[in-house]
Amino acid sequence: MKHTLQQVFHSSKFVTGFCIFAAILLTVIIYPIFVPNPPLEIIAQGSFFPPGTYVSTYDTVFSSKAYTLNLPDAAAKRIAAKLGDKERQDIKDYLVLVGVPEAEIDTTNTIQLLSQWDKNYDPSKKISGMIFSKVRYYERLNKSLTGLLSEEGLILAAPNIDTGALEQIGTINLADYVNIKEVASVRTLPLGTDNFGRDVLTELVRATSVSLKIGLIAGLIATFIGLTLGLLGGYIGGTVDDVIMFITNLFTVIPSFVLLILISYSVGQEHRGPVMVATVIGFTSWVWTTRAVRSQVISLRNRDHVNLSKLSGHSLFHIITHDILPYIASYVVMALILQISSAILAEASLSVLGLGPKTSIDPTLGLMMNWAMIYQAQILGKWWAYFPVLIVIALITFSMNLMNTGLDQVFNPALRD
Amino acid sequence: MTEKKSCLKGVGLTKVFGLGRNKNMAVDHVDFDFAEGEIVSIVGESGSGKTTLAKMLLGLINTTEGEIYFKSKKRDIRSQKAKKEYWTNIQAIFQDPFSSYNIFNKIDALFLDCINMRGGKKLPYEKKLEMMTEACSFVNLKFAELTNKYPFELSGGQMQRLMIARIFLLKPQILLADEPTSMIDACSRATILDMLLKLRNDTGMTIIFITHDIGLAYFVSDKVFIMEHGKFVESGTADEVILRPKEAYTKRLLNDVPKIHEEWDLSTVDIKAK
Amino acid sequence: MGKVILEVNELTTKYVTRFNEDVYAVDHVSLKVEEGKSLGIAGESGCGKSTLALSLMGYYFAPLHYTSGEIIIDGQNITGMHPDTVRKNILGNEIAYIPQAAMNALNPTQKIIHFIEDVVQAHDPKVSKKEIYELARERFEVLGLPKEVLQRYPVELSGGMKQRTVIATSVILEPKILIADEPSSALDVTSQKMVIKMLRYMMEKGYVKAMIFITHELPLLYNVTDDIMVMYAGQIVEKGSSKQTVFDPIHPYAKGLMGSIIVPESGLKDTKLTAIPGTPPNLKKPPEGCRFAERCKFVTPECKRYPVDMKYLESDRSYRCIFTEEQLRKAYQND
Repeated sequence: MKHTLQQVFHSSKFVTGFCIFAAILLTVIIYPIFVPNPPLEIIAQGSFFPPGTYVSTYDTVFSSKAYTLNLPDAAAKRIAAKLGDKERQDIKDYLVLVGVPEAEIDTTNTIQLLSQWDKNYDPSKKISGMIFSKVRYYERLNKSLTGLLSEEGLILAAPNIDTGALEQIGTINLADYVNIKEVASVRTLPLGTDNFGRDVLTELVRATSVSLKIGLIAGLIATFIGLTLGLLGGYIGGTVDDVIMFITNLFTVIPSFVLLILISYSVGQEHRGPVMVATVIGFTSWVWTTRAVRSQVISLRNRDHVNLSKLSGHSLFHIITHDILPYIASYVVMALILQISSAILAEASLSVLGLGPKTSIDPTLGLMMNWAMIYQAQILGKWWAYFPVLIVIALITFSMNLMNTGLDQVFNPALRD
Repeated sequence: MTEKKSCLKGVGLTKVFGLGRNKNMAVDHVDFDFAEGEIVSIVGESGSGKTTLAKMLLGLINTTEGEIYFKSKKRDIRSQKAKKEYWTNIQAIFQDPFSSYNIFNKIDALFLDCINMRGGKKLPYEKKLEMMTEACSFVNLKFAELTNKYPFELSGGQMQRLMIARIFLLKPQILLADEPTSMIDACSRATILDMLLKLRNDTGMTIIFITHDIGLAYFVSDKVFIMEHGKFVESGTADEVILRPKEAYTKRLLNDVPKIHEEWDLSTVDIKAK
Repeated sequence: MGKVILEVNELTTKYVTRFNEDVYAVDHVSLKVEEGKSLGIAGESGCGKSTLALSLMGYYFAPLHYTSGEIIIDGQNITGMHPDTVRKNILGNEIAYIPQAAMNALNPTQKIIHFIEDVVQAHDPKVSKKEIYELARERFEVLGLPKEVLQRYPVELSGGMKQRTVIATSVILEPKILIADEPSSALDVTSQKMVIKMLRYMMEKGYVKAMIFITHELPLLYNVTDDIMVMYAGQIVEKGSSKQTVFDPIHPYAKGLMGSIIVPESGLKDTKLTAIPGTPPNLKKPPEGCRFAERCKFVTPECKRYPVDMKYLESDRSYRCIFTEEQLRKAYQND
């Protein structure tokens, strides 16, 4: 057995798959220890905040210490952030529309462009053929351009509690900086937020662990049923085998996914927890394990060591557990791995159809996909809401299949090098 | 020579596989009477039904028709208990030593199992150890070298010898040896045959030797049965059947085996025949 | 002395296991086969006789590797050749190989004639199908196979017929030497006899010029080949004519092997079979001295000290033992 284990870990495919899977598993275990936030806590007002570090504006300007840094490219960066190539072109388009000769407009000369804009922009002016959203766009653009070239800083004012009049409480110079470490409230959202305003990463880690649990439960159920029926049918044969094969064939011809949908639907939303969904998946996916185990057992049944065990007077149970099961154990482990990965996929497919576990307690990978789809993340280009989920699903199934192939190469003599 | 007592007797034994048009008479109304302490060979080519007959005798498959009498008493093995009882009297050695062992069990486990089966479950371990050592020395192996070994660490010849040691521990009345030497090298074959002969001489066991090799059958057995298409075509003492065959099939079989002292007559087969 | 068809000098090949250990299954084997002669190779399983058969083709694929020595077929040294050249120009044309389960080589979805077309066209793509059919038909007729077989699928033929079909196909290009590795041991005795008769007929007709026949069944070998070579643990231990080797072996191992022959002849019941105790050495770490020393009755401390060389006798026999012929004969008499 030690030798076999050694061989298993000599297989590069198995080791690669194992490392990926172990990494996912470790992340799922360790991440909640360091980030103990509840996974479905709504933190953002609004949906699909892009990934990045969020710094409290109030804390930044008010309660942090200001440093003066004279950085030569600061002004250029500031202008570039507000006035990109697209904005410059839009300004040019507007100027042309209001009658400025095209030859006089130079989009590369920022100062000239902005002074032309100041002179000619009039929000009350109606320009024929301009759609409303464009009008609003130019209003927003104008607002953001205000004071862009200003050399002055800003004045901070707060209303006086008694009089209600604004009083200056401080100034912000253009060269003022804060150290982000001194800002009291900072939150990094590496994968942004989802449609409900929840941290996608925390949610994803939790969802992965729930999905793995569903896969494991479903895989164990399917393997257990498949193994039991396969062993009994294959070893006992005769009428028992006929009945078992009849049921198995029945389940084979009914597409299991349709069955899965029907069962999930009839169970009802309230009762559909992750364990319930896993059980339903498990009870619909044992068919292939049964067939595979049965055929293996049939070929083992006529081996001399089984005959010899019978001659030694051993009971049916003893023969199955001692003389047959060990021979197919490696095969069953491989089937289990495949069952787990396909159960994870099945859960995802079910959830995308809206038949997954109920939504309020635990996220699953499928549910995250479902939410992203309902709130049109893919159309709005909010990739962080669905792409990481896809990657995780792909990695889990890929690593499991890789481990399966690796095991196959060790245990299947026909595939050995 | 005094009349020997009947040990295993078959009357009209038949085994049919399949139904209707696929019906296949594997064993076709076979009668025999094996006496106690005899070595009997059943010789047949592949597909002659000799292995099916062996499995029927062992009670591993049901008979379609016919009766088996063990020590003049009708065999009844319908219940699991009766089967267990019957199997203390009849045991087997199979053709392929490599598939005869459960590769997950150590050799000690196999032997302890045998001792338990003979009702030695409560014996002290020293006594069991003594029995196992005796069984191993019967087949010229040292038990001390085999403890904690798995079957696949041994050679085919050693494995087959351990199978004989197992029989020695079980001490059944009948041993059914189904081609025990066909997967073994010529040198180890002689050892196995010697041990089977010794087993008979020491314990008075009836040995049913099933083989396709007519030379082997002649060497070990007192009586030879020639089997073709599920029927015994010729039977008698080894000298009668092998040296003075009467049936055409037996003659052909003997003729087709290469020999060394006599000329091997190749002209009996015509390669131009269809 | 006839023309030498196959000459092998000090051929050594090895297997490399998955754990990168070397197993020298063929160790410095030299042999010669003359035109019209057949050579038999006998030995226990694992003695390297099948590996020798594979090695003789000069076409190596993992885990078998060539180490040293040379193979000369009809004056042409094939050891230095590129594997592709060997495959295209030597295999089938010069040397043919029949493994034990040769009949399994037939593709169950392919008619026999297509199988033969594949074989012939692999060596010469220009030959037309009609020519191949004519050649195959004529050859099959001579070898006693009905021409209807050509249009059949393998499943429609019996095991013996399939084996004979494959053997007939293997010599369709008239190779100089045929290597048959247990070609009849999976068959029943009657089919075996037919295969043997066909092999002999092929030699007589000149479809092959020489033959190497490998089997562990000594009575068969005695009846088929002119010379017998006994192998033990990758080495040749005795070589001589069939009659001499079977009835008058010199080497203790050959002696033991010949003493275990069982044939259904009168007098067999009174013979005492010899049994050789022990198991062959592990070829990953073969013993320093004589490889048979551990199992030999007549072993002396001298035996285990140095590798033993072949001794050549005048009667064209050779054996690998430190004792002289007389010493061994005396030992056998006293035994």
